[in-house]
Amino acid sequence: MERIPILKMGDILLVSIQVDMHDRLAMTLQDDLTSKIVATRARGVLIDISSLEVVDSFIGRMLANVAAMARVLDANTVVVGMRPAVAITLVELGLSLTGVRTALNVEHGMRLIRSDVERDGG
Amino acid sequence: MNVEKHDSLSIVTDDDIVRVRQRVRDWAVTLGFSLVDQTKLVTAASELARNTLVYGGGGTLLMEVVVNNRKRGLRLTFEDKGPGIADVDLALKDGFTTGKGLGLGLSGARRLSQDFELTSCPDEGTRVVIARWN
Repeated sequence: MERIPILKMGDILLVSIQVDMHDRLAMTLQDDLTSKIVATRARGVLIDISSLEVVDSFIGRMLANVAAMARVLDANTVVVGMRPAVAITLVELGLSLTGVRTALNVEHGMRLIRSDVERDGG
Repeated sequence: MNVEKHDSLSIVTDDDIVRVRQRVRDWAVTLGFSLVDQTKLVTAASELARNTLVYGGGGTLLMEVVVNNRKRGLRLTFEDKGPGIADVDLALKDGFTTGKGLGLGLSGARRLSQDFELTSCPDEGTRVVIARWN
């Protein structure tokens, strides 16, 4: 079955979505990430969406769900690299991505997660 | 209004929603739409294709390049033979859903399109026509 790879770096999980996901693939990623947070005791999740040309309500909801589930499992999520056209469209679509933290790029996102993990006592 | 070019796609699986996004993107690029306009149209198409699949039980997309007073546009018609929409006004409200979604598909697609027309008859099906002009 097709899957989006999840990389582990220390206590952070990294995902870079490089394909136009169909809905089942998005749900699989959501489930995989949630189980992997528990299995690896990750404290942070970084999701790079810089390759995504479209984020519709389904993918938006998946991102919000991952952030909410990670939060319950004591991990912080940052979504990075959203394209400007995607941001404009999301807002007009009416999706505010409540509870999802964002950063401009992977570097900023990593810094954000690192400082959270340190603040919360590693 | 003249139709310069047309094509149709069937929407019966998840993968078809991806195919709809790709095809609409290709046509929008060919028409010279700006990146933001392309993204809006593709996103609207994605929402409507999913509605056709999930609520309509599958259906078709008719894509047309239309010309009106020297302006060219992309018109998309999503059609299904599903149960139809009982209350169209309610269905167009943000946050209303009979399924498990966020209730943003229809209302969001309307905001992202320049023309929007929804016709639905209970037990006969639903047709949504959207268009964007360049």
